[in-house]
Amino acid sequence: MDRLINLALKAYAVCAFVFIFLPVLTLIVFSFHLDRYPSLIWKGPGLVWYKEVLNDPAIVEAFKNSLVVALSVGILSTFFGGTAAYFVNRWDFRGKHIYLALTLMPPTTPLIVLGLSLLVFLSLIHLSGTLFSIVFGHVVFCSPFAMALIRLRLTELDRTLEEAAWNLGHGEWRTIARVVLPQLVSAIGAALLITMALSFDEFIVAWFVSALDVTLPVKIYAMMGGNVSTKLNAVGSMVFAISILLVILAQILWMIQPGQRSAFDNGRRLG
Amino acid sequence: MAQAAVILNNVVKRFGSVEAVSGVSLEVNQGEFVAFIGPSGCGKTTTLRLVAGLEQPSSGTISINGRCMTNAKPWERDTPMVWQNFALFPFLNVRRNVEFGLRERKIDKKKRQEKVSRALEIVGVPELGERQISELSGGQKQRVGIARALVTDPKVLLLDEPLGSLDANLRVRMQSELRALQRKLGITFIYVTHNQSEAFAMADRIVVMHQGRIHQIGSPHEVYRQPSDKFVAEFVGVNNIFSGQVSEFDKKGPVVSTGNGPFLISIPNEEKVTIGDHVTFLISADRVTTSYEGELEENQVTGAVKGQEFVGTIVTLLLELKDGTTFRIQKQERQMLQIPTKLGDNLTVSWNPNDAYVLPTS
Repeated sequence: MDRLINLALKAYAVCAFVFIFLPVLTLIVFSFHLDRYPSLIWKGPGLVWYKEVLNDPAIVEAFKNSLVVALSVGILSTFFGGTAAYFVNRWDFRGKHIYLALTLMPPTTPLIVLGLSLLVFLSLIHLSGTLFSIVFGHVVFCSPFAMALIRLRLTELDRTLEEAAWNLGHGEWRTIARVVLPQLVSAIGAALLITMALSFDEFIVAWFVSALDVTLPVKIYAMMGGNVSTKLNAVGSMVFAISILLVILAQILWMIQPGQRSAFDNGRRLG
Repeated sequence: MAQAAVILNNVVKRFGSVEAVSGVSLEVNQGEFVAFIGPSGCGKTTTLRLVAGLEQPSSGTISINGRCMTNAKPWERDTPMVWQNFALFPFLNVRRNVEFGLRERKIDKKKRQEKVSRALEIVGVPELGERQISELSGGQKQRVGIARALVTDPKVLLLDEPLGSLDANLRVRMQSELRALQRKLGITFIYVTHNQSEAFAMADRIVVMHQGRIHQIGSPHEVYRQPSDKFVAEFVGVNNIFSGQVSEFDKKGPVVSTGNGPFLISIPNEEKVTIGDHVTFLISADRVTTSYEGELEENQVTGAVKGQEFVGTIVTLLLELKDGTTFRIQKQERQMLQIPTKLGDNLTVSWNPNDAYVLPTS
């Protein structure tokens, strides 16, 4: 009976994944299809649509914008999230639980609500409609993720290492720089890549607060308004590939423990 | 007269409502090896951390090398610590770990490298310089930890159960190495351990702590044979403790009446007891004789054999006395073989009153 349930659960999981990824898989398969319209007989493979995408200046422009935004968001979110994580991990202060609840709000707020409220806010201070607005909105949304990752790694750290550093003559700030940060490098790297992936992929907030300078997801949406071009399959596949790549790299980086040389080194040696 | 290396004056440390250290006063002399022992939670590690500055005292003063350091931050003191879990920095190699304590001092690179090499040589691992910490064995890690602590040429070294993570053989070897090192360098060692034999093997003086207070400070021999109170008598060594009132004066000396019979005690001439005084004395398990070994001494007690403990070549025999208390005798295995006892047999043991020790009345 247990085995049956086990099997059923596994089958369910597979079905769920298929349900989620089948559209994406279709996208990828038909991005290599040579005909303009998807049909049951697949002709290909060919890179003709990818070539058209790379030759479309509007798409390339949007792609560059996405990269700039993603990089800026990655750096800023990791910085804000990381310093917040350190404070929360090391100090107790009054209202700490309220603070923590607030930091949980962006990921739990529906993006439409976030996007709309950001549009209102940024318009009020005359900062909406630029790439900066998108960066602003994404940093709000992504910082809690960076904070969670770095906070997790902080709880895994050996506190006696910091005491040992103090004991050997290093003050608090020196210790943070020389003992804590080196141990956080892989977590910071993972946080950077995850927040970049989140930003690169993000549509709604970007759509709300942007105007003429848009990111790739917004451009794709605009393209869908007109005729459904087969270029969309190629663009979509590229966006998917980049996001997945960033997430996989983040996962590999995260697995590197402080002191390990690589993610696949389990530290076992003969002494 | 050399100044004391570390002076603790009535130091108290409270964590919330719990007093972990309750009025500890101690003077550690320059070049001395002092070991703190006591059961878990007695405050020995907290006391060490107070000296290191990793905790701030709730009251009392601490001075190190003649300077008042009560509220000094840990990085302002020169009291490097050797840690039980080594606390080596995994992201630095061995040389850079050892060099760490020198980095905040204004010493040029060449000099730093020389000091690092010297420290690694002193602890016997000069070849490990370029290794990563993850590549070292437990014993090697501990040596690197010691080198890291020694590199700044400190006057005081703090050691928090440094051998606790090592296997038994290595522990014993490192004990004699540490002792030799301390003697050679003349550094003051303050050592915390829960392993009594380790403390007795290495220290000049032992500090026995319990529930935040110091119960006794003395040489290993003093603490072992002349415990200052009942706690130390029970905690250190293998002792049998009797309590009772002085009931009469025999021609040989005072007699104490206890739950297991009257016993003769021997007291130094300077102290006087009178009838009715409450007296507690102990007789160490290794100073007890049995009828199988010759004539019995004045003080005798009979008990039923209820068990045996075998630790290497020493055997401890446990007897149950008539009032239910356990009496222990310790013999070399060879001697024990001449005592034909089985579980449940009655055995009469005895001791000379001069071999017993009367605890000082508080």
